[in-house]
Amino acid sequence: MSEIPTDLHYTSSHEWVRLEEDGTVTVGISDHAQEALGDLVFVELPEVDSELAAEEACCVIESVKAASDVYMPINGVIVDTNQALVDEPEIINSSPYDDGWLFKINPADEDDVGQLMDASTYEAELED
Amino acid sequence: MPFIPHTENEIHDMLSAIGADSIDQLFDEIPAHLKIKGLDGIPPGMTEMDINRLMQDRAAADGRPICFIGAGSYEHHIPSAVWQIATRGEYYTAYTPYQAEASQGTLQLIYEFQSMMTALTAMDVSNASLYDGASGLAEAVLMAVRANRKSKSRRILMPRNLNPVYGKVTHSIVQHQDIELVDVDFDADTGKTNLAALKPYEGEDITALVISQPSFFGTLEDVDALTDWAHANNILVIAVVNPLSLAVLKPPGEWGEQGVDIAVGDGQPLGAPMSSGGPYYGFMCCKKAHVRQMPGRIVGRTVDQQGREGFVLTLQAREQHIRRSKATSNICTNQGLVVTASTIHMSLLGANGLERVAASCHQNTNALVEKLSAINGVDCAMSGPRFHEAVLKLNKPVADVLTALAEKNILGGYDLSQDYAELENCLLVCATEMRTEKDIALYAEALEAALC
Amino acid sequence: MLIFEHTAAGRKTKIQAPETDTKISDIPENLMRKTSAPLPEVSEMQAVRHYTSLSQKNFSIDTHFYPLGSCTMKHNPRACNSLAMLPGFLARHPLAPDTCSQGFLACMYELQNMLCEVTGMAGFSLTPMAGAQGEFAGVAMIRAYHDANGDVERKEILIPDAAHGTNPATATMCGYSVKEIPTLENGDVDVAALKAAVGPQTAGLMLTNPSTLGVFERNIEEIAAVIHKAGGLLYYDGANLNAILGKIRPGDMGFDVIHSNLHKTFSTPHGGGGPGSGAIGVSERLKPFMPLPVVTREGDQYRWLTEKDCPQSIGRMSAFMGNAGVLLRAYVYMRLLGREGMQRVAEFATLNANYMMAKLKEKGFQAAIPDRYASHEFIITLKKQAKDLNVTAMDFAKRLLDLGYHAPTTYFPLLVPECLLIEPTESEAKEALDGFIEALVQIQQEAETDPDMLKAAPYTMPVNRLDEVRAARQLDLSWGSSRD
Repeated sequence: MSEIPTDLHYTSSHEWVRLEEDGTVTVGISDHAQEALGDLVFVELPEVDSELAAEEACCVIESVKAASDVYMPINGVIVDTNQALVDEPEIINSSPYDDGWLFKINPADEDDVGQLMDASTYEAELED
Repeated sequence: MPFIPHTENEIHDMLSAIGADSIDQLFDEIPAHLKIKGLDGIPPGMTEMDINRLMQDRAAADGRPICFIGAGSYEHHIPSAVWQIATRGEYYTAYTPYQAEASQGTLQLIYEFQSMMTALTAMDVSNASLYDGASGLAEAVLMAVRANRKSKSRRILMPRNLNPVYGKVTHSIVQHQDIELVDVDFDADTGKTNLAALKPYEGEDITALVISQPSFFGTLEDVDALTDWAHANNILVIAVVNPLSLAVLKPPGEWGEQGVDIAVGDGQPLGAPMSSGGPYYGFMCCKKAHVRQMPGRIVGRTVDQQGREGFVLTLQAREQHIRRSKATSNICTNQGLVVTASTIHMSLLGANGLERVAASCHQNTNALVEKLSAINGVDCAMSGPRFHEAVLKLNKPVADVLTALAEKNILGGYDLSQDYAELENCLLVCATEMRTEKDIALYAEALEAALC
Repeated sequence: MLIFEHTAAGRKTKIQAPETDTKISDIPENLMRKTSAPLPEVSEMQAVRHYTSLSQKNFSIDTHFYPLGSCTMKHNPRACNSLAMLPGFLARHPLAPDTCSQGFLACMYELQNMLCEVTGMAGFSLTPMAGAQGEFAGVAMIRAYHDANGDVERKEILIPDAAHGTNPATATMCGYSVKEIPTLENGDVDVAALKAAVGPQTAGLMLTNPSTLGVFERNIEEIAAVIHKAGGLLYYDGANLNAILGKIRPGDMGFDVIHSNLHKTFSTPHGGGGPGSGAIGVSERLKPFMPLPVVTREGDQYRWLTEKDCPQSIGRMSAFMGNAGVLLRAYVYMRLLGREGMQRVAEFATLNANYMMAKLKEKGFQAAIPDRYASHEFIITLKKQAKDLNVTAMDFAKRLLDLGYHAPTTYFPLLVPECLLIEPTESEAKEALDGFIEALVQIQQEAETDPDMLKAAPYTMPVNRLDEVRAARQLDLSWGSSRD
């Protein structure tokens, strides 16, 4: 069973979302998603300063046999990306919720985060 | 039955294993009224002996004219070993190397091919080939649009001195993706793309600039200046090059301060016969930073579970069988067999051999131009440096002259007025290393006769 | 060992190049190469031996049974090769005038006509250089047709989920969005879902018939009617044409445009991954849009049609006229078969596939669609083996190599878990099929008794399973790069 931290929010496309104290929002992919993809070999990060709408594809994650889009969980502007992943995409495999974060957003509306799934709803969805 | 080995007994046994009464029963799901009644439009089968006769007659019917046409397909000597090895069944009848363990021959050969192409172009990486040079340019344009993330315009500057059919093919292939191909004019006296022609685009949002070296006219561009101009304006550079010329000309990886971003071209001059236009192959090389935007197959070197060196298809996640509608291209195959031949060709000739071929073509074309332009009514049309192809201006329409030459078994060149209104009476000629002094003398004699 | 590693500086034994001084004095220094390209410098014998020994590391049709599903790895007759490589054909410049090209043009014209006849289409263009390019040309023609009718709101192509990945990739290249149509358990397209999906936005449907699941699409007439009624066009992906060659024609099923993979159905070699040919056939209403050039006959003379003759053409796909050498091979193959031989292709391809499926079912293997006759190919699913024994389709595939058989297609179509897609083709004799069946039975026994042994297969190849993760993370794509 994959790990699903209870303090995060989730999307049905398997992104996790954390509202930080400074008002930015950090996004990554869930433990379940990294496990399903297998050993990751490449990440194409979004461009900083791009303004994107919720559910827009903004980032690509590649394993040997699959390439998967990562979607914007909420409306907002990209303010930072995890450059460590450029050389070591495997960090996502080893630490999906901490060192393996993908990008940070300046949200159009902070309250959007609360509208996403909580851990128990996401867990229930995975079991289906 | 041609190529079907079944005996009556076997057919009987197989049907009883299936539990069917007849072969026809296996097709019972096809609506009866749609089944073919007969194929009257197809002639009866032939024996191998009969088809040999037919094909030999047809091949002979086309004669063996002396060829002075280039224009994207060149008659070069191909060492005997090249196609003898390439048509070995193990290369000829294998498929795409999906089962790497059973395809190390093809995979290592492609890795060597990629190494040779990066050596010739001085670029970082090469793919396993595309269909041909023209469609390769179309793929390069699509790739540049993906790779130049700073540019939003999807506008590509296309020099008019590029092989015109390359422009047409690129248009056919990219037209549905909101990409604008913008013509850039050439200097009438030199055939070159001048910086002045690019001036209007300075500061504009342009995705890529295409540079053809040599140009369709054989003339040589100031590649350093053009490349630096593009990069200074955040424009990617796509080089279209003749790979044989790279034995002697500056490779695109060294153009300007940084080298070009993508280099493409047609591999035909490196071991593929002219063969009515194909199969050839397109090659594509790029800077390492763009490798994940590159279409087509790519082979990488790695190790097996015991640490032995081996080769695999890599970066497959870009491809259509995984990405489907989001793939970098719909391309599946490369031109494997022609690449096999070309790799053997390059290894047989080596750098020095290719330099000699390139120099010999260049010298022969110079000799041809000298001889022909001495004829009354023939002038050399474009000044300045060129490589192995040249434009002559005649005192009458080229089409008539070519017809007269063809009657004397000479293919005299390419009529440029078909594509360029301003190049009335202009003829593009080429004499490769295959042309002899005698061939050139025959041409001169026939041309003189045709013009008077 | 790489060819580069046989190199010794100063080894210039070349008799293949002209004896010319390499000095070029009339090109300025700044346009010239400064140092020679780092290419191999080897003798002819070294090159011949190197590439001969590399070839011996390949499986091929000439050396092994190669039942790669959806790829139609049939025998490639040698006459096709030797006749396409007659000096007269090889030496013909693509821009040679029609007057010096009548022999070649006659072959191309007759090839166009034979393809029309065998597929039931009204016109054929030979120029696309591969199946994927044929697909592109086909969908581009659908678009050109709608555009010419001012019907510009059609923005969607429907594609069954069992389709090859090229279909959706092609539709995207033509500026269309893609809507997937589900497939039923029995292998047929879900017609109810199709009806719900069609509308004024539908440009067309891309369909492979028989599908990649190895069964004939029984509702084809209804599907064609649904699409045509909505104003869309029907595209036939010819990947599986071998299954119906001589039995039923795509034109008669209602298709408006098809591409034919000549490297599959018409036996031109796969060449280690090309060159192929994706010749494209059209119904009467799409004829004006065909890609150029196309050969026509006027009196007893053949000539190329160009933009002047066909102003509505979708344009050109290649610098000249496509993969002429491949087309000549297909031409020779079709003439060798003739009308009787052509009608037997599907019959024996289908007989072979159904025989293998019946035998494998008898030996306890699970067919994906067990209750219908197979087309020219069928699917075995190993999901039970994966669950009970923890061995996968990949393990079976790798072990087959040890036993002297090229593996079938694995993990395609994506709809069937742990699948082997097996296509024997008509040119294989019963004894080859029996040998392959025995090999699968042996592997099944090994899976039951020694699954770990399977996991590490193959054992007899030049290498065993390669580290693909390392290949993708630490890119080593050329000899030069690894030296730095």
